[in-house]
Amino acid sequence: MAMSMAVRAFLLLLLFLSFTNLSVSLYEDQVGLVDWHQQYIGKVKDAVFHTQKSGRKRVVVSTEENVIASLDLRHGEIFWRHVLGSNDVVDGIDIALGKYVITLSSEGSILRAWNLPDGQMVWQSFLDGSGASKSLLTVPTNLIVNKENLILVFGRGSLHAVSGIDGEVLWTKDFAAESLEVQHIIQPVGSDAIYVLGFVGSSQFDAYQINPKNGEILKHNSAALSDGYSGEAILVSSDLLVTLDATRSKLVIISFQDGEINFQQTSISDVLGDSSGTPVLVSSKLPGVFSVKVNGAVTLIRVTVEAKLEVIDKINSVAAISDAIALSEGQQAFALVQHGDGKIHLTVKLSHDLSGDLLKESIFMDNQRGLVHKVFINSYIRTDRSNGFRALIVMEDHSLLLLQQGAIVWSREDGLASIVDVITSELPVEKEGVSVAKVEENLFEWLKGHILKLKGTLMLASADDVAAIQEMRLKSSEKSKLTRDHNGFRKLLIVLTRAGKLYALHTGYGQVVWSLLLPNLRKSECEFPTGLNIYQWQVPHHHAMDENPSILIVGRCGRGSDAPGVLSFVDAYTGTEINSMDLAHSISQVIPLPFTDSTEQRLHLLIDGNQHAYLYPRTSEAIDIFQREFSNIYWYSVETNNGIIKGHVLKSNCIQEVVDNYCLESRDIWSIVFPSDSEKIIATVTRKSKEVVHTQAKIIAAEEDLMYKYISKNLLFVATVAPKGSGAIGTATPEESWLTVYLIDTVTGRILHRMTHHGSQGPVHAVFSENWVVYHYFNLRAHRYEMSVIEIYDQSRADNKDVWKLILGKHNLTSPFSSYSRPEVVAKSQSYFFTYSVKAIDVTLTAKGITSKQLLIGTIGDQVLALDKRFLDPRRSVNPTQAEKEEGIIPLTDSLPIIPQSYVTHALRVEGLRGIMTVPAKLESTTLVFVYGVDLFFTQLAPSRTYDSLTDDFSYALLLITIVALIAAIFVTWILSEKKELREKWR
Amino acid sequence: MAWSCRSKPVVLVLFIQLCFLFISPSLAISSGSADGYTIHGRVKIPSLGVKGFGLHGKISNIKVILNGGQSVTYLRPDGFFSFHNVPAGTHLIEVAAIGYFFSPVRVDVSARNPGKVQAALTENRRGLLEFVLEPLREEQYYEIREPFSVMSIVKSPMGLMVGFMVVVVFLMPKLVENMDPEEMRRTQEAMGNQGGLASLLPGAAGRS
Repeated sequence: MAMSMAVRAFLLLLLFLSFTNLSVSLYEDQVGLVDWHQQYIGKVKDAVFHTQKSGRKRVVVSTEENVIASLDLRHGEIFWRHVLGSNDVVDGIDIALGKYVITLSSEGSILRAWNLPDGQMVWQSFLDGSGASKSLLTVPTNLIVNKENLILVFGRGSLHAVSGIDGEVLWTKDFAAESLEVQHIIQPVGSDAIYVLGFVGSSQFDAYQINPKNGEILKHNSAALSDGYSGEAILVSSDLLVTLDATRSKLVIISFQDGEINFQQTSISDVLGDSSGTPVLVSSKLPGVFSVKVNGAVTLIRVTVEAKLEVIDKINSVAAISDAIALSEGQQAFALVQHGDGKIHLTVKLSHDLSGDLLKESIFMDNQRGLVHKVFINSYIRTDRSNGFRALIVMEDHSLLLLQQGAIVWSREDGLASIVDVITSELPVEKEGVSVAKVEENLFEWLKGHILKLKGTLMLASADDVAAIQEMRLKSSEKSKLTRDHNGFRKLLIVLTRAGKLYALHTGYGQVVWSLLLPNLRKSECEFPTGLNIYQWQVPHHHAMDENPSILIVGRCGRGSDAPGVLSFVDAYTGTEINSMDLAHSISQVIPLPFTDSTEQRLHLLIDGNQHAYLYPRTSEAIDIFQREFSNIYWYSVETNNGIIKGHVLKSNCIQEVVDNYCLESRDIWSIVFPSDSEKIIATVTRKSKEVVHTQAKIIAAEEDLMYKYISKNLLFVATVAPKGSGAIGTATPEESWLTVYLIDTVTGRILHRMTHHGSQGPVHAVFSENWVVYHYFNLRAHRYEMSVIEIYDQSRADNKDVWKLILGKHNLTSPFSSYSRPEVVAKSQSYFFTYSVKAIDVTLTAKGITSKQLLIGTIGDQVLALDKRFLDPRRSVNPTQAEKEEGIIPLTDSLPIIPQSYVTHALRVEGLRGIMTVPAKLESTTLVFVYGVDLFFTQLAPSRTYDSLTDDFSYALLLITIVALIAAIFVTWILSEKKELREKWR
Repeated sequence: MAWSCRSKPVVLVLFIQLCFLFISPSLAISSGSADGYTIHGRVKIPSLGVKGFGLHGKISNIKVILNGGQSVTYLRPDGFFSFHNVPAGTHLIEVAAIGYFFSPVRVDVSARNPGKVQAALTENRRGLLEFVLEPLREEQYYEIREPFSVMSIVKSPMGLMVGFMVVVVFLMPKLVENMDPEEMRRTQEAMGNQGGLASLLPGAAGRS
């Protein structure tokens, strides 16, 4: 019938249209709606101010994250920034010619000049040398040779003179043969010569006088130090050095005036009186003065013209001393910072007259920032022609602050540039009594907002309107509330930084909710404290709802893996430390067990270096729960250096003098030894413990078949390479390198699958999810990167598919799923080319695991690419059948596509990218992605689009209008039909 | 560049290198010191303007990466870059620039035959005669909002609803009118039995 056909056609059209109008990617005006990006630089190592009278005032810094950056001195914003390679460590920075930032990096072998205003690299010089030495960069202000400003660099045992204009190396003088351990390069004011000062061996001091025009040695003097030296030599004036002797009991003053080297030794106790601690020279450049630090107290000592020592001041609890800066009338000033009663005291003194203070300020300081580590000062002329000072201070938590006129002008949380570990925590539930978010402020505002949005949709909005819409979207107060939301978008990201500080970031805009400098990683008895990991300690739900969740921070005191561990328990809502423990044993592994006690505290097993296991929390309840599951606990350990993977079980309580019920001994149950001459472990990956798998069955529609995914929490992916291929690309030929991958069951040690890629090498980045592994490696034959996928299916249940058997009850249920039963598995694999180097790989996680998965690939360009898992499907073929196409199988191509719109980070870069973390939101379609490195980036992703919620740009107004229009139309048609009926009846 | 030379083969190498330099100025590889060679190259982005400002950013933010991060360098204002102390072997150079897609480049540094350039784009296996890297394409990270059109309104669920209504209200009577009276009566009878027009639609939907 024509009519019903028309209806059907229309409905089909409707269906079709509703599918085509979907898109994955982002519009430019949606930037910042759900994502945020924060830029950091890391802990500042060195800072140079550039404050001319005109123009922008800036400070150029180099940091421990290998960043060089130019910061706005007014607001602390980044003008420009470069993140150098990880093995291109910055040794020194300075400003030359008033327009170039000069950086020396890579152990004194690469010298670069950057344009000060915009950060464009102007030139780069490679300085060659044969030895290894300290790297020194000196930019003399008045050394002009042949109309060229010289830059003096000492690196790799050679002295180089480089032209400041174009980076040309003018001359090189090699000191490697003399095995000189260089201490200083100076060019005294009014002198034509350059002095190179250093030690040879343990007890010889050498001074070279060098002609700046050609690098010839004018004069060379050396003298033997009778008692040796220790540590650094401090330059006090242009002809005096101070150092300590080898026993650190005497101060040695070395004068090298006019080529004459003289020593003068003074016992420290004579100068300082009685002192018991080890004296350390403070390496601050102060004219005529040096400082010795003993037991935290600093003594300033002046060296008089006759090389006499004169104690001028003794200051207790000094945190940092700056270098001296030149003031207007030939005076020099320096700053020192002290701590006291929650404040920091900044004092600026004149270096020749220490009695008076130029400036004394006390500034209240958040004690979560810790101690002051470094201070840099800069002066300016006030309106009354006196000197004003600004001080840039670097704190223990790596934050950077600018102090001026007794206040903090700006601060930067640069500790966040070195994140070690991340977990998420839920926010508190909205309490009753607290009004459930005023629906909307008032009706008028609401209407106005929606009219604006409607204008936007209809493209009628003016520029102002667009800005208003943008602001409205960004400022929706919903986003930054400190309570749990229905969709689970609001969470706390708890991050542990290298400085040993915890930050809780809100997922809304990344604002810091609380921060905590972990007290037990700062103790004086704890040398080289390192924070290792964070774990969920207590996640209250059900019966312990009233308690706040808490987290466990595991760290260690010391550098080696055998150093004793420390534990800290922190409240996730308030950031206060609940409890802390100093452990007697080391920590090599932390295993969160899937059991919780009555207060919802999770049981954790800590494994030490001797394969003893310790149970935490140390309560009798925990041990009761643990005893029940005693025989079901298995774990494995990987010894990368020896090429051994071992499986362990618990044996009995520890045999010690003191009975400790919480200490358990373990025994090995299996081990896999990789032959050391052909295989070297480079990567091991397991599934995430929190991953949810929706279904075990995979329907293969094309063959009307069903396959069972082999889903086991105990699978380990191991990648090994040939020892020759374990270096960087370019060091191995395809013939001598191969990559072998294994899937190992960690309970039984059974190898389920093994595959070799010939002519391939690492680095391997892999991700394990559900029943598949995706890994990235380098193919030497094609000289391209490759990504491979392995999917593993359970064959033992293949019989269960028969419906008749199921009905008759004859299906095979007698073999329960167990790691012990010999699995009949089948693995499918496929490989594809991938363009870029990869820094990290992760996979999206959703609440129920229904939503399809995307791989998140952190590329070498510091971007994150979202790649649908369907591109890595072993069932892809060149010509898929019609049925396969309907199933969504993509025709096989040799390389994986890079679609620019699918970059999660869109046009942004997450500089120094190190890790990607995903957490599911409560809404099944959505997952939260946090990317960290030097920068931080957060966004929400919907891998299968937001099928369960309306998008943000959904126009409610249009919906209302449509409804009104429809209702109106109903009335109109009703009236029309009434009339028509009436007419019919009259007829 | 520092022309320091310590061993004899290197002197020879340098000599050959110098000869090559005079012949062709666009050579990419030269030997620097005993333990490595230097790779020189150039990145050229046609659409990048005179001042160095392109569509997406500045030339100063472009990084050139050797062997997946072994060393990282930046571009000079004229687009030149260089890697020093590169050992002989086959290397991979990548260019990271926001807004442009660069193919990684395979570079052969030969110990036996220094100065010989062998560079090829790995994406399309095209060899490079000169060591000049150009983007394969520009990258657009955002969807472009389509300008307002009637279609977009019509396509939206609300538009479809309205459209469907319009069809039902205005086209259906037309269809009914075009039917011949005999059939019409039959239909009306059928409708009377089934309960009107409304019952017809779900039925149609169910069948489609």
